[in-house]
Amino acid sequence: MSEADTLLYLDGVTVTFDGFRALNALSLVLEKGEMRAVIGPNGAGKTTMMDVITGKTRPDTGTVLFGTDTDLTKVDEPAIAALGIGRKFQKPTVFEPHTVWDNLLLALAGDRRPRFSLWAKETAAEREKIESVLEIVRLKDHRDRRGGDLSHGQKQWLEIGMLLAQEPQLLLVDEPVAGMTDAETEQTAELLRAINRTRSVVVVEHDMAFVRALDVKVTVLHEGSVLSDGSIDHVSADPRVIEVYLGR
Amino acid sequence: MKTDRTLWLTLSLTFGIPLVLAVLNQVTEAGAALHVPTYVLALAGKYLCFAMLALAVDLVWGFAGILSLGHAAFFALGGYAMGMYLMRQIGTRGVYGNAMLPDFMVFLGWKALPWYWYGFEWFPFAILMAVLVPGLLAMGFGWLAFRSRVTGVYLSIITQALTYALLLAFFRNDMGFGGNNGLTDFKDILGFPVQADATRAVLLVTSALFLCLQFLVARFVVGSRFGKMLIAVRDTESRTRFLGYRPESYKLVVWVLSAVTAGIGGALYVPQVGIINPSEFAPANSIEAVIWVAVGGRGTLSGAILGAILVNFGKTWFTGALPEFWLYALGALFIFVTLFLPKGVMGLFAMRRTRT
Amino acid sequence: MRRLFAALLAIALLVLAQPCRADQAEDALTALGTPGFDNVREGVEQLAASGHPRAAVIIGALQSGLLFVNAEQALFIKQSDDAFVSAGDGTAATGVAAEDLKQVRVNNGIRNAIEAALGALRLFAPDAPTRLEAAEAVYKAHDPAALPALDQALAKEANAGVKKRMLEARAAALLSAPDAVEADRIAAVAVLRARGDIDTRGYLASLTDQPPAVAAAITAALTSLDRLAQIWSVAQSVYYGLSLGSVLLLAAAGLAITFGVMGVINMAHGEMVMIGAYVTFVVQQFMREHTPGLYGASLLFAIPLAFLVTGAVGVAVERCLIRFLYGRPLETLLATWGLSLGLQQAVRSIFGANNRDVDTPPWMSGATEVGGLTLTWNRMYIILFAIIVLAALMAALRYTALGLRMRAVTQNRRMAAAMGIRTPWIDALTFGLGSGVAGMAGVALSQIDNVSPNLGQGYIIDSFMVVVFGGVGNLWGTTLGALTLGIVNKFLEPLAGAVMAKIVVLVLLILFIQRRPRGMFPLKGRAVES
Repeated sequence: MSEADTLLYLDGVTVTFDGFRALNALSLVLEKGEMRAVIGPNGAGKTTMMDVITGKTRPDTGTVLFGTDTDLTKVDEPAIAALGIGRKFQKPTVFEPHTVWDNLLLALAGDRRPRFSLWAKETAAEREKIESVLEIVRLKDHRDRRGGDLSHGQKQWLEIGMLLAQEPQLLLVDEPVAGMTDAETEQTAELLRAINRTRSVVVVEHDMAFVRALDVKVTVLHEGSVLSDGSIDHVSADPRVIEVYLGR
Repeated sequence: MKTDRTLWLTLSLTFGIPLVLAVLNQVTEAGAALHVPTYVLALAGKYLCFAMLALAVDLVWGFAGILSLGHAAFFALGGYAMGMYLMRQIGTRGVYGNAMLPDFMVFLGWKALPWYWYGFEWFPFAILMAVLVPGLLAMGFGWLAFRSRVTGVYLSIITQALTYALLLAFFRNDMGFGGNNGLTDFKDILGFPVQADATRAVLLVTSALFLCLQFLVARFVVGSRFGKMLIAVRDTESRTRFLGYRPESYKLVVWVLSAVTAGIGGALYVPQVGIINPSEFAPANSIEAVIWVAVGGRGTLSGAILGAILVNFGKTWFTGALPEFWLYALGALFIFVTLFLPKGVMGLFAMRRTRT
Repeated sequence: MRRLFAALLAIALLVLAQPCRADQAEDALTALGTPGFDNVREGVEQLAASGHPRAAVIIGALQSGLLFVNAEQALFIKQSDDAFVSAGDGTAATGVAAEDLKQVRVNNGIRNAIEAALGALRLFAPDAPTRLEAAEAVYKAHDPAALPALDQALAKEANAGVKKRMLEARAAALLSAPDAVEADRIAAVAVLRARGDIDTRGYLASLTDQPPAVAAAITAALTSLDRLAQIWSVAQSVYYGLSLGSVLLLAAAGLAITFGVMGVINMAHGEMVMIGAYVTFVVQQFMREHTPGLYGASLLFAIPLAFLVTGAVGVAVERCLIRFLYGRPLETLLATWGLSLGLQQAVRSIFGANNRDVDTPPWMSGATEVGGLTLTWNRMYIILFAIIVLAALMAALRYTALGLRMRAVTQNRRMAAAMGIRTPWIDALTFGLGSGVAGMAGVALSQIDNVSPNLGQGYIIDSFMVVVFGGVGNLWGTTLGALTLGIVNKFLEPLAGAVMAKIVVLVLLILFIQRRPRGMFPLKGRAVES
C-alpha cells in the first residue's frame, strides 16, 4: 500500500481521563475507498477514537493524519468537518425542532458562515440534492415531519442522510443499527455498502450479524489498542478476541 | 397563514395602540372623555422600551439558548449615551450655569470636560454611541466567551458579573457619569422640551416604530437559514460543529445584534423617564427582563413584547395598590411561570388553537 | 492619687539609696522661681535630677498650674482647700495672700520637660508595670535631661522587659543629647532599629544634625525598617485576604454542594445566609430575655439552630420547587430567583427593612498584635470557623452514610437508584445540607456585616464567582478559589480602591473563565459533556 492511498493514519494515540487510559498507543490505517468495521467490548475506546479523529478530544500523544499531511490534532471540529470527515453519533442526534427537510438543508455542503446563511435562499440545486438524499435514506414521505417526531430507526437514517448531504470523504458511523429491526438492519448494511462505493467509511458496531453482512476488514479494539484485525472470519477465530469479546 | 396573522396582529397592536394614545393626547382637551393624560404616554413609552429589551433577551435566550443575566447593561449603556447627549443640551440652564460642564462635574470641582464626553452634544454621534458602545462591549465579551465555549449557567453567571462590575463602576463619581445620581434634569431633545406633551407623544410613537422595526429584523433573522442554525445551536450545539458550523460565530452575531437593539431601547427610554442612573445596571433588572420573556413565551417574538407589557403593567398596578406585595407577586410569578407555564402566555394561545 | 503616692514612694527610695544633693535642689527651686521660661524649664530638669524628696509633688503642681511664686521668688503650692503650703517642705505657709502670688507659667517646652521629669521620677516605682509605663513615657519624650535618671534606674532594674524599654528610652534620649559621642549614638540607633515600631521610625526620620556616620546608620535603619514595614503590610494584606476568603468560603461552601454536587443553581442561596443571620438575631433576643447568664455563648446556640432552620427551609424548597426542575438549570435559576425575592420580602415584613443589631460577644471583640500585625478577634474566629465548617463538611461527605450516598448519586444517579438508594431523599438532604451550611455562614456574617434583608444579595455573586473559579464539585477547589479571590481583592484594594479592586477582580474572573471554562479543578471524563 502506498502512502498516497492512505486516507486516515493513527499512530501511537494515547488518551487519558483522570488516570484512565481510554486509548493506549492506538494505531490504525485506513485506505481511500475502504470500509472498516471496528468492534470491541464496552470501554474499548471505540467512541474515544472517533472523538480523537473528529477533534472533540485532543490526544495526549500520538499522530493523527488525514490524507497525507493534514494533522487532525491541530484543528478543531468545524475545520475537520470542512476537511471532509462526517460523523454519526451513537445516540442519534438530529435537530429535533426542525423538519427532516430543514435538517438536510442545514447539513448540505456549502458556505457555513453567518453572513451567507442570513441571506441564503433555497436554490434548485439544493432542492435536487435534498430530494436525492431523501430517496437514498427512504425518508421521502417524512420530509415535513419534525426530526424529534421520527422513530429511532428513522432518526438513524436521517443522521446518515445528513452525513451524505455533507458530502464527506470519510464517514464515521457509530452504532448505526442500534435499536433497529432486522429488516432495517439489512437495509442499513445495504445503504452503507452503497455509500462506500464513493466514500470511505468507518463503522463502529456491536451487532456481529450486521458486521458480517458488511463483509469488510474488521479491527477489534480492547483496552484502548488494537487486539486483532483482518477479515471477520479471521478475527472470529482469534482466541484473544473470543476471550475478551465474543465469548465461547 | 397562522404566522402571518400573528405578525400583523403584533405589528398593528404595537404600533396602533401607541399611535392612538398619542393622537388622543394631542387632539383632545384635558378633561374630555377620550383624553389620554400625558403620564399615560410616558408610561406606555417606558413599556415599549422594556419590550425592546425583552425582545433582545428573547432573541438570544429563546433562539440561541444564551440566558443573559446582564442584558440590562446594554440597555443602560444605550441609555447613558442618550443621557450624555441630553446633559450637554442643558447648556447654561444648569444650577451652576456652566455652559461646558454638567452640574455634577462642577460640583466635583472638575475644570474640563473629560475626553469621552466629547461629541455627545451632537445628536447623531450620541445615537451612534448608543449603538456602538453596547455593540462593541457585546462583541468583545461574546468573542471571548463563545470562543472558549463558555455555555449554560456559567455564561449566565459571567453575564451577571459583567453587569455587576458595570454597576460598581458607574457608582463611582470619578467615572464621570454622575455617580450615584446618574444623569437627570434634562431640558430638551433636538430643540424640543423633553417634558412637553407633544415631545412625549412623538417619543412614544418613535419607540413604537423602533419596536416594530426591531420585531421585523428579529423575525427576518429567526426565519432565515441563519435562524434555523441558531435553533440547532441552541438545542445541540456540539452537533453543529461536526457539521462544519462554527456555533460561536452564530452566537456572536445574534448576541451583538441583541445588544445593539437593547442599547437603542435604552436610548429611547431615557428621555421618556427623564433619568438614567447606575441602578439600571443592577443584576435584578436583567433577571426581571428574563421573566418578561418567560411570561410572554420564550422563543416567540410576539410573546416577548406581550410579556414585557403585561408584567410591567402588573408592576405599575401593584406598586400603586399594594406596594409591599409586589415582590411577593414577582417572586411567585417567577416560580409559577417556570413550573406551570414553560411556554408562557403564547403557549396558552397555541394550546387553545390546537384544541379547537 | 495612686501615681502621686507611687512617685513619692519612689523618691523616698531614691533618697534612701543616695544622699540628697541638697545644693542642686536649692538651685533648682531657685531656678523655678525665677521668671522666664528657660529658667523654669531648667528648674524642672534640675529638680528631677536632684533627688529632692518633694520633686514629684512640686513638678506635679507645676503641671496642674498650682505652683505659685511670690515677689521673693519663694515657691508655694495651692492645696485643694485653696490654702498654700511651702513648696520646698510642705509646711503650711502662713501669712501668704493669694493676691501677692503669681502662677508659674508653662509653655510647651516646659510641658515636655515636665512629662519627662515625671516619667523619670516614676522610673523608680516599685511595681514593674508603672516603671514600664514610665520608661515608655520617657522614650516618647526623648529628652536628654532624663538621661541621668535613666542611668540610675537602669543600674537597679532587675525586670528584663522593663530594662529593655529603659534602654530604648535611653537610646532615644541619647540621640537627642547634643553632647553624646558618636559611638554611643550609633549604638543607640541600633537599639531603636531593633525596636522598630512606627513611632520609632518617625523619631529616627526626624533626627537631623547628626554626625555623618550616625546619619548613615539612621538611613540604613530607616531602610531596613521600611522593608520590614512592607513585609508586615504584605502579611496584613494576606491576613485581611484570608479573612475575606474565609467569609467567601463560608458563603460559597453551601453553594458548592448544591451547584457542584447537584448541578442546581440556587439563586436563593444568599437568602439562606440571610436567614441564618436572622436566626442569630432571634436567638440573641430570646436569650437576653430568658437566659441572660448564657448570653455570652449565644452564638454557640445560634450556629446549630441556624443550620437546622435553613437546612429545613432547604429541604422544603427542594421538595416543593427544585425537584420539578431537574435537568433544566436555567429554569431553576429563574425559579430560585423568584424564591429569593419572596424570602427577602418575607423577612422584611417580619423584621422590618432596617438593620438589626446582632451583638458581638466580648470574647470575640478586640484585637491582638503580633509583630506588626493587627489581628482582630472576630476575623480570627471566622477563619477558625470556616476551617471547622470545611473540615466537618469534608468529613461528612467522606465518612458518613449520607455522604457516601450523595457521592454515589452525583456520580451515577440511575445506578445509585438501582442499588436501592432513595435518590429523591438524597437530593433533598443534599440541598438541605448546602442550605444549612449557608445558614451557619449567616451566623458568622452577622458578626461582620449588617443584618438586613439584603444581606444575602451582597454575597451571591461573589459566591458564584468562587464556585465557578474553583471548579465545580470540588471543595478544595472552592477553598482555593475563595482564598485566592479574597487575597487578590485585598492586595488590589490599596492600589486601586475597594470598588475598583472588586471590578478588577470581576474582570479578571471573566477573563479567567475564558481560559479555563470549567474552573481551576474541573471534572474530567465523558460524563462532563452531557
